[in-house]
Amino acid sequence: MKSISLEIEEGELLAFIGHNGSGKTTLLRILATLDTPTSGRYLYRGKEIDELYKLNKRVTLVFQKSTMFNSSVEENVAYGLKMRNFPKLEIEGKVSEALELVKMQDHAEKNAKDLSGGEQQRIALARAFVTDPELLLLDEPTANIDPGNAKIVERAIRKIVEDGNTTVAIATHTLFQARRLSERTAHLYDGEILEEGRTKELFENPRNEKTEKFISGELIF
Amino acid sequence: MSLEFILEGIRRAIHLIITGDPLVMSIALRSIYVSGIATLIASVWSIPIGVSLGMYEFRGISFVRGLFNSLIGIPTVVLGLILYLLLVPRGPFGFLNLIYTPLGISIGQAILITPIVVSFTASAVESVETDVRELAITLGAGRLESTITVLKEGINGIILSIVSGFNRAIAELGIAMMIGGNILVTGSALNTRVLTTSIQMYTVRGEIGVAIALGIILLLIVFSISMILNLFRRDGR
Repeated sequence: MKSISLEIEEGELLAFIGHNGSGKTTLLRILATLDTPTSGRYLYRGKEIDELYKLNKRVTLVFQKSTMFNSSVEENVAYGLKMRNFPKLEIEGKVSEALELVKMQDHAEKNAKDLSGGEQQRIALARAFVTDPELLLLDEPTANIDPGNAKIVERAIRKIVEDGNTTVAIATHTLFQARRLSERTAHLYDGEILEEGRTKELFENPRNEKTEKFISGELIF
Repeated sequence: MSLEFILEGIRRAIHLIITGDPLVMSIALRSIYVSGIATLIASVWSIPIGVSLGMYEFRGISFVRGLFNSLIGIPTVVLGLILYLLLVPRGPFGFLNLIYTPLGISIGQAILITPIVVSFTASAVESVETDVRELAITLGAGRLESTITVLKEGINGIILSIVSGFNRAIAELGIAMMIGGNILVTGSALNTRVLTTSIQMYTVRGEIGVAIALGIILLLIVFSISMILNLFRRDGR
């Protein structure tokens, strides 16, 4: 990454768009404190974050390629709640709600590794938001799944934002998805933010030439 | 030349197995015991080493892993010779009185299979380490909790490393012969005649039926343990 200066507002859904290798995943990993920036500061609610894993109970990242634990769907989704010492009854209730939101309630007892890629991505999303994170980071959440599963995932993301407790940042190379879901969009190019603003404004009147080309499909890599 | 003597040997072997011949069974049980102890000893020191190599990065780790990988193929007869020289009464560790004892064989086999258990464990842990650890951490796990999660996810590979170690131990001849001596004294608790040394001895003596019976039992043990553990282990993908 070269130089990023960005402020994420509480409760918003911010989309990062950009070509492969533009730095979207790296940025999300820094926000999740899985990586540390080589220079600059990361401020979270005004406090400087300079340690790995410091926010791991407040910020959750859903990876592009979902890894499932070798256990049931229920146990996968309950993992984060167990790490936060939630009581058993409360875990059962929250897991059940989360599975309903992603339409996986009938698969609760199946081994998560037996599911299809799209189903696993839905479980990964449920596993992340069931803990009510303050900041939910999604790295290409619908990149490798069919349109049917993608629709369920997007609906769930919208519901999470509507509930108002979670700020969401989503990295996507699907421009339509950014337009559908986000209030604000930032265009990353070669490790820096070329332009950011209200989504409608950015897509209809991009100020930066490269952003305009990317949105129109001319900037091909 | 005919195959008659082989067929006769097979017939005798089947008879010995079906009737549960006491000599054959005692040799088989002793082998399982000696190599089982060897595997237990090796696991105690090898699994922590393997887990560490799979989880952590440090200077020289490639060299260490390369060393363990290359030691997997050490000839058992060479290791047997080295241990013999160390354990004979006038050797530096002769005072331990391990030469020509079942425990001596177990320790020798434990040393033999250490590289296998270490390398396979390290690979098993490494294959899940990064993805599972980062996932666990982003879901709120602390360092210890994420380490436990990584180990749970890698358990099938760790079990495989132990099984592979046992199979190598029970099938080796060099250490059992040179450290154990293939001793059989009726009623003694320190007999060291095991499957591999027996097969070698009975073959040379021309007692083909007994040799084949012991060979069949050795194969059955190796295959059965692998199959049973495959059934009971948690299904990994």
